[in-house]
Amino acid sequence: MTDETIKEANPGWHLDAGKVAKDLVVTALLATAIFGSTIAYKTVSAEGGLALETRYDIAFYIIAAVVVGRLILWLAVWSRPSGHRSPVMPANMKASIAFLTTKIGKGFATTMLLIALVFPFLPFTDRYLLDLGILVLTYVMLGWGLNIVVGLAGLLDLGYVAFYAIGAYSYALLAQYFGLSFWICLPLAGILAAFWGIILGFPVLRLRGDYLAIVTLAFGEIIRVVLLNWYWFTGGPDGLSGIPRPSFFGIDFNRSESGFAHIFGLEYSSSHRIVFLYFLILALALLTNFVTNRLRRLPIGRAWEALREDEIACRSLGLNTTTVKLTAFATGGMFAGFAGSFFATRQGFISPESFTFIESALILAIVVLGGMGSQIGVVIAAIVMIGGFEIFREAEQYRMLIFGLAMVFIMIWRPRGLISTRIPSIFLKEKKAVSSDMVSQGEGH
Amino acid sequence: MIAKIDDAVLTVEHLNMRFGGLLAVDNLSFDVGRKDITALIGPNGAGKTTVFNCITGFYKPTEGRITTHHEDGKKFLLERMDDFKIPKIAKVARTFQNIRLFSGMTVLENLMVGQHNPLMVASNYTFGGIFGLKTYKTAEKKAMDLAKYWMDQTRLTARADDAAGDLPYGDQRKLEIARAMCTNPKLLCLDEPAAGLNPRESEDLNKLLMFIRKERETGILLIEHDMNVVMGISDHIVVLDYGKKIADGTPEEIRSDPKVIAAYLGVDDEEIETVEQEIEEGVSS
Ligand SMILES: Nc1ncnc2c1ncn2[C@@H]1O[C@H](COP(=O)(O)OP(=O)(O)O)[C@@H](O)[C@H]1O
Ligand SMILES: [Mg+2]
Repeated sequence: MTDETIKEANPGWHLDAGKVAKDLVVTALLATAIFGSTIAYKTVSAEGGLALETRYDIAFYIIAAVVVGRLILWLAVWSRPSGHRSPVMPANMKASIAFLTTKIGKGFATTMLLIALVFPFLPFTDRYLLDLGILVLTYVMLGWGLNIVVGLAGLLDLGYVAFYAIGAYSYALLAQYFGLSFWICLPLAGILAAFWGIILGFPVLRLRGDYLAIVTLAFGEIIRVVLLNWYWFTGGPDGLSGIPRPSFFGIDFNRSESGFAHIFGLEYSSSHRIVFLYFLILALALLTNFVTNRLRRLPIGRAWEALREDEIACRSLGLNTTTVKLTAFATGGMFAGFAGSFFATRQGFISPESFTFIESALILAIVVLGGMGSQIGVVIAAIVMIGGFEIFREAEQYRMLIFGLAMVFIMIWRPRGLISTRIPSIFLKEKKAVSSDMVSQGEGH
Repeated sequence: MIAKIDDAVLTVEHLNMRFGGLLAVDNLSFDVGRKDITALIGPNGAGKTTVFNCITGFYKPTEGRITTHHEDGKKFLLERMDDFKIPKIAKVARTFQNIRLFSGMTVLENLMVGQHNPLMVASNYTFGGIFGLKTYKTAEKKAMDLAKYWMDQTRLTARADDAAGDLPYGDQRKLEIARAMCTNPKLLCLDEPAAGLNPRESEDLNKLLMFIRKERETGILLIEHDMNVVMGISDHIVVLDYGKKIADGTPEEIRSDPKVIAAYLGVDDEEIETVEQEIEEGVSS
C-alpha cells in the first residue's frame, strides 16, 4: 500500500506535529499568564500588613496539567476526520442505532414509570428521598413544559420561570383574597400563565435568535421585579405565607374526625400528605407528557415542529406563524402555571426569591442536556441534575464548578443532548427515528 | 406586447419593486392562463425571484396590482394579503430556488404540514382533536390519502418514513412540489425546479408538471433556465431582463425573437445565429 492509499482510507486522521507544537506553546504561555498571576502568588496577612507568598510549584503543576490536557485533546479528539465530531458511520447503521435507541427507550420509559409509581412505598424511601422525588418530578414537569417551546417550536425561552412564578402567585393570591381551593385554582393558574404566555408572545413575534433570548430573559426578570415591588398586593420581598395546603379532593390531611387518616381508617401520619403531594406532581407531570404527545400528533404540534425547521416554508404553506408561536408560548406557559401552583401549595410560602434567572437556566439546561424535543431525555437529565445537586450538597463551594464541568463534557460528548433522535409524529409503514443531524434547532441556538 | 389570454388565473399589472436605488421589477404586466404552463425566463438577476416574492406576498410591491381569479368568479388582490393567506385563501402555492423542506421531519410529515389548514379546522382548532374525536380521525385519514397520492405521483412512497433531509437532491425538489400541491392550489409557482437535476430527473419533472396541468387542472408559473424544458413544455413564455419585460408569447414567437436571445444569453448579434441553431436543436431533441 502506498502512502496515498493509507491517507485515503483514513481521511484526516493525521496530525501536523508542527501545528500541534505551536498550539501547545501558545497554550502554555496563556496558562502561565493566567495562573502565573493568580496562583503563583498569594497574599497572606502578616504583621504590619500583607505579605506575598510564592507558590511556584502549584502553578507549575496546573500549567503542566493544562498543556497535557490540550495534548490529549489533540490526540484523541481533534485528530478525527475533519467535519465529523463522531466517527463516520454508514447511513443504514446510523438508522438502526436510532431504531435501537427508540426500542430501548420504550422499555426504559415503562420501567421508569413503574419505579415512579412504587417509589413512595419502597422500604428505603424516607421523608428526605420523597421530598427529593417531588423536587425531581417538579423539574421533569417544567422541563416537559419548556420542551414544547424550545424543543418542538424551537423558540429559545430564557424566562420560563416567569410562568412558574405566575402560577404560584395566582394560586397564593386567589386563595388569599377569594378563599378559593387548590382544585379550583389549579386550572385558573394554568389559564393565567397561558394568557401571560400570549402577552410575552406578541413582542417577540418578529424576533429571532439572540434577540428572542434576550427579550424572554428580560420578561422573566420583569415579572420577578414586579412581584418584588408590588408590596401591598404580593407582599414584596416578604412573600406570601399561609398558603392553604392541598386537600385530598376536599378531605384535609389532619388528625380530626373528618381528616384523611380517620376516614380511610389509617393511623395518622404526617407522611400521608407528602405521599399525596408526590402522586399529585406525578399525575401533573404525566398529564403534561400525555398532552404534549397528543399535541405532537395533531396539526398544531406538527406546525410547531415545522416552525422550528423552517418558518418561511411554513408561511408558504398557509400556516399563520403568529398563532403557531403564540400557541407554543401559551401551552408551555400553562404547564409552568400548573407546576407553579403545585409549588405554592407544597411550600405554603412563596417569595420572588424562588423565581430567579438561575431557575430558568436550570430548566433550560435540563431540556438541552436531555436532548431537545425528547421527553425521556428530560427525565434522565432532571434526575441527573437535581440528584447530582443533592449528592454534591456537601461540597457546597465546588458544586457549581462540578456542574459546569459536567455540562461542558456532555456537550462535547453529545452536542445534541443525551437522547437526540426525533420520533416522527405519523408514519406510513414503519416508525423510523430521525437522526439528530437532520433536525433543526430553531431560533437562537 | 402582451399575449392575449382569455381565462387567466393570475394577472399582474404594472408591477414595480424597488430596493433602495434598484428597480428590480420595472412596470411588469403579464397574464398566466388557467391550466397553462407559463415560463418566466431571463438572465440571472433579472428579477424573476423578486416577481415570485411579490406574487406570494413575501415582498410588498412598490406599485402594481396582482390578482388571482378562481373558476367560481372569486377574485383576490394578492398585494393586499398577508403572505400566509395567499396559499390558504387565494390558493397560490410556491416552491423556493433554494429548497426549503422541513428536513428533520419525514416525507409524510412534510406533506401533512402542507394540509395544515383543513386539518386544523377538522381538529376543531385542536380542542376536538385532543380528545380523539372521530371527525378528526376521518380528516387525518383523508389527508394521508392525499399525501399518498402525491407520493405515488412523485415516486416517493418507498421513502415516506425517511427524513426529508436524507433524500437525494432530485427527490427533495419533487417533494417540495408534492408538498405545495397538498395545499390544493389553483396556481403553482416553481422557482427553478430543474436546477441541479440530471437529465433523467429533469425528464421526470417535465412529466410531473404536465400531469399537474392536465389532471389536476392547476396553472403553473415556472422560472427556468433550461431551454429544453422551457421550449418543451410551456404554453406561454414571459422574458425579463433587468426587471423589464422584453418579450411575451408562445415558444415559437420567443424562439425567433433576437432581443430575447441577446439578452438571455448575453451574446453579440453575430453569435445569435449559432445560438438560435442550438435552441432549434434543443427543441427538436
Ligand atoms: N431583498 C432584497 N433587497 C435588495 N435587493 C434585492 C432583494 N431581492 C432581490 N434583490 C435584487 O433584485 C435583483 C433581482 O434579483 P432576483 O429576483 O433574485 O433575480 P433572479 O431570480 O432573476 O435571478 C438583483 O439585483 C438582486 O440583488
Ligand atoms: Mg432567482
